[in-house]
Amino acid sequence: MSSKKIFGGSAIVLDRADINTDEIIPAKYLTEVTKEALTPYILEDLKLDGFDPKGEKLKNAGVVVTRANFGCGSSREHAPWVFEVNGVHTVIAESYARIFRQNMFNCGMLAIELPKADIDQIIALDAEGVIDISVDVAGQKITAAVGDKSLDFSFEVSPFDKALVAAGGWVEFADARY
Amino acid sequence: MGKTIAEKIFAAHLRDEPFAGTRVLSLDRVLCHEITTPVAIADLVWREKDRVFDRNKIKAVIDHVTPSKDSKTALQAKILRDWARRHEIPDFFDIGHNGVCHALFPEKGFIRPGFTVIMGDSHTCTHGAFGAFAAGVGTTDLEVGILKGVCAFREPATIRININGSLPQGVVAKDVILHVIGQLGVNGATDRILEFRGPVVDAMSMEARMTLCNMAIEAGGTCGVCMPDMTTVDYLWPFIEEEFGTKEAALADYSMWVSDADASYDRVLDFDVSNLAPQVTFDFKPDRVKPVTEMVGTRIDQVYIGTCTNGRIEDLREAAAVLKGKKVASSVRGIVSPATPKIFSDALAEGIIQIFMDAGFCVTNPTCGACLGMSNGVLAEGEACASTSNRNFNGRMGKGGMVHLMSPATAAACAITGVITDARTL
Repeated sequence: MSSKKIFGGSAIVLDRADINTDEIIPAKYLTEVTKEALTPYILEDLKLDGFDPKGEKLKNAGVVVTRANFGCGSSREHAPWVFEVNGVHTVIAESYARIFRQNMFNCGMLAIELPKADIDQIIALDAEGVIDISVDVAGQKITAAVGDKSLDFSFEVSPFDKALVAAGGWVEFADARY
Repeated sequence: MGKTIAEKIFAAHLRDEPFAGTRVLSLDRVLCHEITTPVAIADLVWREKDRVFDRNKIKAVIDHVTPSKDSKTALQAKILRDWARRHEIPDFFDIGHNGVCHALFPEKGFIRPGFTVIMGDSHTCTHGAFGAFAAGVGTTDLEVGILKGVCAFREPATIRININGSLPQGVVAKDVILHVIGQLGVNGATDRILEFRGPVVDAMSMEARMTLCNMAIEAGGTCGVCMPDMTTVDYLWPFIEEEFGTKEAALADYSMWVSDADASYDRVLDFDVSNLAPQVTFDFKPDRVKPVTEMVGTRIDQVYIGTCTNGRIEDLREAAAVLKGKKVASSVRGIVSPATPKIFSDALAEGIIQIFMDAGFCVTNPTCGACLGMSNGVLAEGEACASTSNRNFNGRMGKGGMVHLMSPATAAACAITGVITDARTL
């Protein structure tokens, strides 16, 4: 379901908790049978003041920064896929719904968890311009920079999730092992 | 130290522990439907690994959009159908035999105590009602399940939910679970198993237990689970009689899965439901719940009775008892969707379908349809639906629509009056 991914890039902030997978990709588009066909529908039903699903900021984004319980609701892997086909391979959130989080790593993508205080700092940066995020997976470090201002954060990732990212996803990992 | 039912099932199915804290389990059931499976099938074909680990452990159904509504859904159905035929999967359910997966598969006796079950559908947690570990997964987990018969999980931690007291007249499992979710919050059980215990659960039918477990995911739970007991044995009896001979023997066997008295829990929460009122959601999250008495008078445009939460025979009986001899308000569109052909057929035999039709309901074939805004009752912008389903997310049943989750009896009462109504007052 995947190949090795590029992590980091410019960030779009979705400053709301409990964003569900129906908002990320509405069910009416689940009739598509390829990931690529999902591309135009990313975050189409997101309920968030000022957010434009057709805007430049989302189009240029490689990273989503958001709040708690991201990706709750339906198990649809179409949610990580719609990020994947739009070049967003990294999500940074306070916490995730279990299935969404697993789906991200299963696709060889990153669902990074940071404490609320760290997310607050990154979101505060957003007011100063477009945030560029670089991710060091092996070192488990993130740098968020706007102009000459930059902030460093460290994150935890389980050995299993790290192995999935290194393998390129769960199919690759499982196929080699079982 | 004793073990919870989930710990027992994990221990019995442990295939590998590639890293500390990661448990790769062998699977007893891999369930498939036409929305999340076709991409897995296509990927397996692309990888030249178009195989199945065990065709008898894989069960498949076309349920989300059936009969197909357009060329795209027809293609999804065809991909699943062709794959099931290619691999000679004996239990594949198509037009005429198909129904909502989480009602159909239990009804066929496919889910047993102690089983591990996955499906590319978040409401797979329903099957925990049988004392199984059943979890919704994404398409990649499903794909590996189909190919290898394994799935990875974190070590199970369990929240024990004791449902104490006794349910008042007119208050049912749906009200209990909405109330519990309202207290836990939409991520109150993330990465946790919800173990439903106590006298109220002991007294519940399998249908009611499935309603409870169905909505565990709405609190973020990996799985809901109930203890297997004589109610479980009675439900499964036609399928297990040959295996066990007597119900007592079946019960003795299944009892090995019951959580030990000294098992340890992440949390234990007690609910006394003796004074619980029927519950209704407002807003766009399933934890936004109020007693119906605080919602009375809210306008309703459509009533939807069905789904994997509340489309079973007991649910239809409960709604029909309210509807009998009454008419749907002229401002309301009433839709009822029995969840399986057997439920439809039983409802016909019991005169329930006639009650719905006399009241002015549209009776649809078994399908997931309107619950997720795919077909058979999509809402228009600004409309509100009284629904027996499980999700009230923004846009869930149609862009700009509002969904109020409730029990079948409350939904039936709303159909009669055109506004949110306490069925106990009719």
